[in-house]
Amino acid sequence: MIKKIFIIFITIALIFVCSCGLKEGRQGKKKHLITIAGSTSVMPFVEKLAEYFMLQNTNFIIDVQGGGSTAGIQACINNTVHLGMSSRKLKEGERLNEIIICYDGISVVVHPSNPINGLSMEQVRAIFSGKIKNWKELGWINRRIDAITREEGSGTRGSFEELVMKNEEIDDSIMVQDSNGSVKEIVATDPYAIGYISLGLVDKRVKALTIDGVVPTVSNIKTGAYKITRPFLFLSNGEPDDRTREFIEFVLSKQGQDLLRREGLIGSYE
Amino acid sequence: MNKWVSIKEKIVKNTLTIFALSSLLFLFLIFIFILIEGLPLFLKVGLKNIIFGFKWAPTKGHFGIFPMIISSFIVTFGALVIGAPLGLSCAIYLAEYSGKRLKMILKPALELLAGIPSVVYGFLGVIYIVPIVREYLGGSGFSLISTSIVLGIMVLPTIISISFDSITSVPRSYREGSYAMGATKWQTIYKIVLPAARSGILASFILGMGRAIGETMAVIMIAGNALKIPTNITDPLRTLTGNIALELAYATGDHRLGLFSTGIVLLIIIMALNYLANFGIKRRI
Repeated sequence: MIKKIFIIFITIALIFVCSCGLKEGRQGKKKHLITIAGSTSVMPFVEKLAEYFMLQNTNFIIDVQGGGSTAGIQACINNTVHLGMSSRKLKEGERLNEIIICYDGISVVVHPSNPINGLSMEQVRAIFSGKIKNWKELGWINRRIDAITREEGSGTRGSFEELVMKNEEIDDSIMVQDSNGSVKEIVATDPYAIGYISLGLVDKRVKALTIDGVVPTVSNIKTGAYKITRPFLFLSNGEPDDRTREFIEFVLSKQGQDLLRREGLIGSYE
Repeated sequence: MNKWVSIKEKIVKNTLTIFALSSLLFLFLIFIFILIEGLPLFLKVGLKNIIFGFKWAPTKGHFGIFPMIISSFIVTFGALVIGAPLGLSCAIYLAEYSGKRLKMILKPALELLAGIPSVVYGFLGVIYIVPIVREYLGGSGFSLISTSIVLGIMVLPTIISISFDSITSVPRSYREGSYAMGATKWQTIYKIVLPAARSGILASFILGMGRAIGETMAVIMIAGNALKIPTNITDPLRTLTGNIALELAYATGDHRLGLFSTGIVLLIIIMALNYLANFGIKRRI
């Protein structure tokens, strides 16, 4: 029995040592490491870009982490990452070099069975500030509106507050979820829910509402007709170094922008 | 030879002592660390504004966690309303009625129930309990009642195992005395065994409360996390633990300190509950 345990232990230890050795070997080959951290809205797209970039440039390792826009900005200011990602504009006092990589729309979504197809900006504001609490006031059935917002500090919430709520506060009685994914999940399962998520994530399971009669589509965002849009930013503290610049140039190149467009985002040159 | 053995004994003993004390050290370090991180905000914003403040908007300078304290207690109470009768009944059945074979199945099953990760409870709650509540009770389903049901199930193992222990530790002579007076089995349990085991049962409820108030993952998934104090069983709510886990990822500066001060309040509540439970158990012995 003890012998068996001993063998298992040795095996695990060997595997551990081997994997450590591999890692060291990989780093030993003089690869360029670029660390990127920030908004969880931007992260999935940058991860995809990084994958493509690393396929073509095998001497690069790009480490993409989440944490949120605010954390990304902070990390960038503290010089702990090469690039920060943000899904909101910088506030005063956050002095960093901004590179707009693309634009994203925030769409207000409801359950597909909801007969309401569009709301005005005022109505959306009234729902999230708690002034309209019942679907009846919007011409549907007598049922409480299950509004869902994002948590304090989220870039999507920050943009939504700035673009939709203006000076009003999001009401305390509104549900809070901590990711685009869980907001979408609730809206997709609750017929009486309303929430807001990144346009790139809208699919058949939820219905995006028109705002002031404008459909949230790529073309309407390009022309500026759809108002709830925000930039996805790369941030650097001072000028980025040459290696980092190579990656940024890839992201802004036609190939990089095409990748983003395929994901439902709007390129920065359009 | 003999000397060598005694040295070996000493080494083993001292090593074990050091490892044993390390758990105390960890507790101490956690406590110090949370205090160092969280106290500055108490000094800056004021104890009253944090504990009795109604508005939580840390990016705008409001750090009131009063609604979350109340919500935490409400949902814990809800969990007890559901978990305590179920758990106590199960403990009584296990201790007094069940045969050996059934006990052999029930006990491991309960241990398994305790071992299921809380995210699984949360997931099942979201998939099954939330839609049912939405359908039959109204609201979004992400509510006080859904959270209470799930937490009620989660505290069962704690309540059952401690109640069971305290019921079985009631001396046999008490029961025999009662039977000798002509009491039936239920009369004996109700009038003699339960009162004798009272403090242990109470302790099990309090420890169950500690478990419910500290639960995080399942609560975030089911509670809806709205900041308002719930006025209805179908209203969403946010607990202290939920607040920390929900906003941790994005928090910087004062916001992060605000979450640490939430942690301090939580730690104090848990310590008070544990102290109460220990007090209850000790009094019996």
